[in-house]
Amino acid sequence: MMDRIFQVLTTGSAWLVLVVLVGIIVSLFIGGWQALTAFGPKFLVTDEWNPVTERFGALVPIYGTLVSSLIALLIAVPISFGIALFLTEVAPYWLRRPIGTAIELLAAIPSIIYGMWGLFVFAPVMSQHVQPWLQDHFGGTAYFGILFQGAPLGIGMLPAGIILGIMIIPFITAIMRDVFATTPKFLKESAYAVGGTHWEVVWNVVLPYTRVGAVGGIFLGLGRALGETMAVTFVIGNTHRLSLSLFEPGNSIASTLANEFTEAVGDMHTSSLIALGLVLFLITFIVLSLAKFMLLSLESRESVKT
Amino acid sequence: MDWRYFRRRTVNIVSLSGSVLATAFGLFWLFWILWTTFSYGFSAFDLSMFQQNTPAPGSAGGLANAIVGSLIMVGLATAIGTPIGILAGTYLAEYGGRTFVASVIRFINDILLSAPSIIIGLFVYEMVVVSLGHFSALAGALALAIIMLPVVIRTTEEMLRLVPNTLREAALALGAPRWKMISLVAYRAALSGILTGVLLAIARIAGETAPLLFTALNNQFWSTNLMQPMANLPVVIFQFAMSPYKEWHALAWAGALLITLSVLALSIVARTLSRKARMEH
Repeated sequence: MMDRIFQVLTTGSAWLVLVVLVGIIVSLFIGGWQALTAFGPKFLVTDEWNPVTERFGALVPIYGTLVSSLIALLIAVPISFGIALFLTEVAPYWLRRPIGTAIELLAAIPSIIYGMWGLFVFAPVMSQHVQPWLQDHFGGTAYFGILFQGAPLGIGMLPAGIILGIMIIPFITAIMRDVFATTPKFLKESAYAVGGTHWEVVWNVVLPYTRVGAVGGIFLGLGRALGETMAVTFVIGNTHRLSLSLFEPGNSIASTLANEFTEAVGDMHTSSLIALGLVLFLITFIVLSLAKFMLLSLESRESVKT
Repeated sequence: MDWRYFRRRTVNIVSLSGSVLATAFGLFWLFWILWTTFSYGFSAFDLSMFQQNTPAPGSAGGLANAIVGSLIMVGLATAIGTPIGILAGTYLAEYGGRTFVASVIRFINDILLSAPSIIIGLFVYEMVVVSLGHFSALAGALALAIIMLPVVIRTTEEMLRLVPNTLREAALALGAPRWKMISLVAYRAALSGILTGVLLAIARIAGETAPLLFTALNNQFWSTNLMQPMANLPVVIFQFAMSPYKEWHALAWAGALLITLSVLALSIVARTLSRKARMEH
């Protein structure tokens, strides 16, 4: 009898996970219904966001979310690969644990701390040193120059992307380190035995063997970056304007929600914000599912091999 | 020297130095951010912040109501999230195994683990705040509980899987029913591991701001009423840091230091525990 009760309790709790997922999707659909029916698919490609005329389009926040996450990946992927390489191949054994823990602590710092640091410490450095330098050196180049136009405010798409990049380094590093460690010893040793250097072993043996997992880790980091809220809200500038320049303030989906939701005037405004949330959830759901599938495929190959 | 040999050596040295530089780059931000938080935080740190409530714009005050509010909500979230998370993790490790349902739940759980926390806030807003008609601390705690759930489920499952099957078989062979075997043998063997999961989950929700914005909101005054908006450290920090007032900035830094210290302490304790848990097996 107790056995039955216990089993029902555990099964019920586990099903709760599915209930939460379905609940999120259904409640966001219901909340965003008014906006979705009023604007239709054009909601995704309209750049107008005007609470006064009650016309809303998601283009600016979607663009901001994607661009800031892209900048984050450009920074975080090579750095995370380097750190994972250091932790699995280069560092002496006694150093691996403390450095690994320190990098993991980057993930433990709450995002609001990143935000405050970004606004009060990082933004001034950006506007006084980094952005003028970028403008001097790249502002005049064809095509790329447009990315660095505008006043060096220290807040905007570029600082938001850089801070996002720092925030996702620990997530990508952790996965890369773990998948690199799954490479069978005999494979690596064979490569060393024929005279491969450290780098050649990593590039020609470890990386091809773990490619799926490493890409899965990158997607996991991307999923994190897309939905990050507080750090971005502090530094992205919260302006509903589409601009190619990375110096200009913009907006991301999450920061729009954080800024406007409690102060939304009128049902249409609230509903449009919830529809934005639905868009964000669907994007991150797809990205994270891809990440998970890639990691699972590496895992299943592992269990077949051993 | 053979030029090919020379080139391979150079590529090797350059790339390995690159990995050292990348590591230094990562650590550089960690120390910069921590140093900022500590130096600004300690200069604003003051015992009166534990005694006074959040002030009006431009005047002195403390964070007492926000600290208590955070403790209440995190405590309530832990009380809700821990038992459900442990039970669900138990299902995945002890009953579900490799069945289809268990794999789907595991998959979804891993996605919810990384899902944007602001979406959880929206969900709880739609479910609780809209139906009750007002913001409340209860809704805030519920949002935090949902965020903590996947962490607890995942570590509980992993830790139960580390328990050797021989222990289970020994208990069952003595005639113990399954629930007794799990609760008296498996849980006990995995105790420090499960505790790690709970601590990590608390560390994760302690600094969460986004899901509280639409649920617990904020409260300038002392309140312990669960059905009313309640002050809490993260939202107070957000509001104060975005304001133009010097006094509010100082308090925001002090609050930021308080949160960072507790989160770091929790994760370091959790890490030591988990190392111990893994050594035991």
